[in-house]
Amino acid sequence: MLDGSQGPAVQLAMRILARMAPLYGASSLLPVTRAHIDGVILTGSAGLAFAERLADLGGQVAVPTSLNVMSMDRQRWRDLNLDAVYAERAYRLGQAYLRMGARATFTCAPYQTEHAPVFGEQIAWSESNAVAFANSVIGARTNRYGDYLDICCALTGRAPAAGFHLDEPRLATVVVQLRSIPPELPLRDDFYPVLGYLLGSIVSDEIAVVTGLECQPTEDQLKALAAAAASSGEVAMFHIAGVTPEAQTLARALGNRPARRAVTVSMVELRQARQALTTAMGTRLDVVAFGSPHCSLSECRTLAKLMSGCQASSLVEVFITTSRAVRDLLARSGELAVLEAFGARVTADTCIVVAPLVKPNAEVLMTNSAKYAHYGPGLLGVDSVFATTEECVASAIAGHVVRAEGPWLA
Amino acid sequence: MASVTVVPGQPVASGSATGEALAADAPLSFWGGFDPETGVIIDRRHPLVGQLASGRVLVIPSGRGSCSGSGVLLESIHNGTAPAAIITSHLDPVISLGCILGDELYATHPPLVVIADQDRLGIESGDMIEIDNRGMITITKR
Repeated sequence: MLDGSQGPAVQLAMRILARMAPLYGASSLLPVTRAHIDGVILTGSAGLAFAERLADLGGQVAVPTSLNVMSMDRQRWRDLNLDAVYAERAYRLGQAYLRMGARATFTCAPYQTEHAPVFGEQIAWSESNAVAFANSVIGARTNRYGDYLDICCALTGRAPAAGFHLDEPRLATVVVQLRSIPPELPLRDDFYPVLGYLLGSIVSDEIAVVTGLECQPTEDQLKALAAAAASSGEVAMFHIAGVTPEAQTLARALGNRPARRAVTVSMVELRQARQALTTAMGTRLDVVAFGSPHCSLSECRTLAKLMSGCQASSLVEVFITTSRAVRDLLARSGELAVLEAFGARVTADTCIVVAPLVKPNAEVLMTNSAKYAHYGPGLLGVDSVFATTEECVASAIAGHVVRAEGPWLA
Repeated sequence: MASVTVVPGQPVASGSATGEALAADAPLSFWGGFDPETGVIIDRRHPLVGQLASGRVLVIPSGRGSCSGSGVLLESIHNGTAPAAIITSHLDPVISLGCILGDELYATHPPLVVIADQDRLGIESGDMIEIDNRGMITITKR
């Protein structure tokens, strides 16, 4: 590939990959069977020029390649008040990756599409939440491949043979023990983003195994946990004993080695993590947002049930960010009409932190997503309120923040 | 009297550069922490917030956080707002990738050199730094 026999795009991609591999500690490359591209988020002129150059050179992805969220809703950008120059550049960036043969998934939850990898599969993924989910919940194998190594891996079908592609770096080194948690708490949706957010702050880039979770979380709950952990720390891999596939037992997750350290988590730490996700004071509310990572069909259906027959206050903008595939299914089932009658904007392809969707004068954003709550203050200049899905819907209707402590007080 | 020290470094993206040091003992995420339009450090939790990094030699222990940082560094190389050079004491794939992309795409990049932690801690903002192709760093205190 380096000699140009497979074309100039592959040659350029391989040159970058070959220079990067030793920096990951790899002495060779290994084949991957799938890629997911984060570079489709518009960062500036150079990222656009790079993608268009690879596409103009005739680059074609060597493996099935999904695309992350992009910086606009390709069908509805005009309704979303996007600047036409910005929209044109965001669109061109998406087109460049499509010209290279990537699929038009435009979602940050590719693991909930037909592009999901399987256990043990070697893949080259980017997008921190997707990497954490693929490694931890599915047992696929990837490092975090950022801008623009992801497309280099996709064009060559190779990744550095290092890190989470190998066995040993996947083993847990830190035990995180849940202690004295009220049994009803892990049955609630808002437990998992909080646990993930705490986990990221405890371990950052170490590999944790969580013990003491006495129930089987749903896929959407694990998705929320993974996304939260990848927001507060550099968590690309974690285990939950008895839940995730490389942790049937604690000993298995640790590779039968002693842990380097153990950390006990009680309600004190969980309450602190939950509080850290809320920066707003008072009850003012401007925006309610669901869908980071993108809402699954099941999460959208839950919202449709809660919103059915009700209407959001005119004071509050409501966003549901999801994939095109899910929005199409909702349109066919009639649930899209229910959500829109409530006053929710159901956007596809994008989300509120990668495209300018939220009004600049918004001050308070309420969400059930730890990732939105974490990035909102820095990227959107809003204060955040983290709450349950039900509380978010009730607050949208009331026009102000409605939130209870419930079992978090225990 | 100016005092001059020479320390050896490992050139990750080699090249020569001269500039005034901008140093802090805190890792920096380029994504969300550095504005590629202006070259100013914007991470509110970083001690160098508000400082102009363009044209200066940025001295930090490592990068941090999002792997979109390489894209931000590439934008700044394209815009001409990048630091003159970057010195770290940990090999950081995100910063390395940004520099390598600049080299491959625009044939220009800030030289990136990794040095020992104690050597890095000896560099203060305002010192004059000279880097050569082999990663030798000459520090002139003022």
